[in-house]
Amino acid sequence: MNAVVQAQAESRHLLSGNEAVARAAWEAGVRVAAAYPGTPATEILENIALYPDIHSEWSVNEKVAVEVAIGASLAGSRALAAMKHVGMNVASDAFMTQSLAGVVGGLVIVVADDVGLSSSQNEQDSRYWGRFGHMPVLEPADSQEAYEMVKRAFALSEAYETPVILRMTTRVCHVKAMVTVEGDRIEHRAAGFQKNPQRWVMTPANAKPRLPVMHERDQQLRTLSETSDLNIAFSGSDRRVGFITSGPAFMHIRETFPNAPVLKLGFSHPAPLDQIRTFAAEVDTLVVVEETEPLLETEIRAAGLAVRGKDILPRFGELAPSVLRPAIKALLGEPYEVATRAPSKVFPRPPTMCASCPHLGPYFALSHIRNLNIIGDIGCYTLGAGHPWNALDTCISMGASLSMAHGMDKGRGESDEKKSIVAVIGDSTFLHMGMQGLLNMIYNRGNVTVLLLDNRSVGMTGGQENPGTGQDLHGLPAPRLDFAKLVEALGVRPERIRMVDPYQLPVMVKLVREETKMEEPSVIITNRPCSLTDRFEHLKPYTVIDDKCTGCGNCIDLGCPAISVARRETVTAKSGKSKELVFASIDSNACTGCHMCVETCAPDAIIQPQPTIKDRVIRIQPHA
Amino acid sequence: MLEGVTNILVVGIGGQGVMTAAEMLARTALSQGYDVKKTEVAGMAQRGGVVSSHVRFGPKVYSPQIDPGEADLLIGFEVAESLRWLSYLRPTGVAMVNTLRIAPPVVSVGLYDYPADPIGELAATGIEVHAFDAGAIAEQLGNLKLVNTIMLGAISEHLPFPADVLKTNIVDGFRAYKPKLADVNAKAFDAGREAGHIKAVS
Repeated sequence: MNAVVQAQAESRHLLSGNEAVARAAWEAGVRVAAAYPGTPATEILENIALYPDIHSEWSVNEKVAVEVAIGASLAGSRALAAMKHVGMNVASDAFMTQSLAGVVGGLVIVVADDVGLSSSQNEQDSRYWGRFGHMPVLEPADSQEAYEMVKRAFALSEAYETPVILRMTTRVCHVKAMVTVEGDRIEHRAAGFQKNPQRWVMTPANAKPRLPVMHERDQQLRTLSETSDLNIAFSGSDRRVGFITSGPAFMHIRETFPNAPVLKLGFSHPAPLDQIRTFAAEVDTLVVVEETEPLLETEIRAAGLAVRGKDILPRFGELAPSVLRPAIKALLGEPYEVATRAPSKVFPRPPTMCASCPHLGPYFALSHIRNLNIIGDIGCYTLGAGHPWNALDTCISMGASLSMAHGMDKGRGESDEKKSIVAVIGDSTFLHMGMQGLLNMIYNRGNVTVLLLDNRSVGMTGGQENPGTGQDLHGLPAPRLDFAKLVEALGVRPERIRMVDPYQLPVMVKLVREETKMEEPSVIITNRPCSLTDRFEHLKPYTVIDDKCTGCGNCIDLGCPAISVARRETVTAKSGKSKELVFASIDSNACTGCHMCVETCAPDAIIQPQPTIKDRVIRIQPHA
Repeated sequence: MLEGVTNILVVGIGGQGVMTAAEMLARTALSQGYDVKKTEVAGMAQRGGVVSSHVRFGPKVYSPQIDPGEADLLIGFEVAESLRWLSYLRPTGVAMVNTLRIAPPVVSVGLYDYPADPIGELAATGIEVHAFDAGAIAEQLGNLKLVNTIMLGAISEHLPFPADVLKTNIVDGFRAYKPKLADVNAKAFDAGREAGHIKAVS
């Protein structure tokens, strides 16, 4: 068991922000926690799952997760929902109105902003949601603060009957730092749901009287923020610049300008404007350092104070010491020496699909078929846009592939007339928000070929479970969704639902070719598990017999990272044309024996050394 | 950077054990009473991408990030990655490099070149570079996963606490969770410590 689960009161631990949130949620008496995996927030629920006295679950998407938490709160239980920043967009429909109705049991929404886009499609500042949805925002700067603020957030939520946003960033979620664990779990009994239609049935007539209540709550929270000990002023001897900051940027400022006065806002919305005014009076220049949007800066300026911020600091990305130092030195008119050594020029190392990845087969097929517009989605298969496949043309948001593909079909331009529209989506993304797009496409008589890549995991975030995997967050058996039955129920004709082993490349290519020629929607479902999960069976590695390899390069086109170019030769054909031959080799440490590359090799140059009968069997995964 | 803070950058490729090595250094520093922060950007690194893990420890550590030019020690699990991150090292810093070469698909298909003499380039900077084949040592000891412990052994004499403290922490960890591997890891640590003396010259 994880060390922090067994942690004794008053003991010190090296915890990530996500682990600290989980521990604090347990101590705070949380009874229900729900999330959909998403970097950098995924580990919050994975760690909460270690505490048996919390009902924790992977919900199918973030809106569902928040609604599960809302239901628990109305029953009187403390509840938590966790998500990455883009998950807030999905969840917003639920919390925007629940904020109006209010809560009973403490309700905390933990959102992790991927500042710097380490693993996201965009960069968003989730603090906006606090302003938009009239909810207080707490911002920890490190693991210790994350731990403390979770508890404060629940108390605040119950005292003011409001959902509370705990805004984390990658540099809090994934940084390990010292945390002193206070004590044991304090149970908070749930009183049970108290029926009160005027309060909980948000019809216009019931919602309208809640508006002044919510605005009054905003005022009370602003008063509270003015005196909250989560907003701390640090005095400093060098008063030329005073910093107002929140989140991990605080740590970077203390590191870079240890003698400067700092007003650190842990309770950053509603902002304590009077306290800010007092602080501003004591410094020559007020600089707001916030990741990422100029929210506090704009509010402070609107309050009539002179303030610097995004005019001297970047609008995006992390405000690390290496960013702050030159900007502030320039403001002060001081010289700044950059690091003398220039970075070495080294090739890029973009993320790749894995050896035996079941997405390799579909992308091999897509890259060999012409006249396709391939509309993609969020997951490992987004990498299909890269080398060597170049077989994915769009990616924006969870589930968008099917609906966008339908729109592209209906909005066909003249040059697209002979093209087939393909949507590529994974199992978990399909269940998150994709199936509505398929339903819509069928209902509106669309014509898209859907590749539903079922690898039985949420692959990109580390192989989490979903309703299609047959297991839950705790690894316990769960009812397993049947994708073929589901898409049939949504209206795809049974003849157009094609199950395929993605390792059988000729079949894969043939199927995609056939289905893209059909004048109706079809769904091709693959059935091999993610090769990084326990469901994948490792077999003996293959090798290339050099004498037999003809240098055709077909296996290289697969894009398997276990296959590399051994050597190149330029030969001149009888016609006089020169041609480059590419001879392959297989890294036996990386190869997992999936057999896919063998399918590309006409001269049978790829073999398993001394194969056993067991190794030769291609295991087809039964789907349901 | 603050007085008395040690900055260690551990770099390599997803799946090589970079984060595990960094975690071991962080936990050992913690056991010595230091304030510790450790950070890395994970996420897509799992898919063969670049991994860098920052470990900072001292009387008090604020920012978890090491600035370019501020690392005291660089542990490189792969030679081109060591070159990529070298500018993070101080002029007085020490680089401990595994000479393993892993070419990504973009190199193997010919879009980019792998540096011809990365060790030479490292050494030519004038920084103290130690380089050796940790994989070969691991193979002699019968387990490729020992590279991690070998690299930690190699850096152990450059830490602000005794090398044996790190060794004991590693070996005790194995004794508690995977006792069969305790002895071989002790050997791997010592072998790395020996190999870490090999200085690279340009």
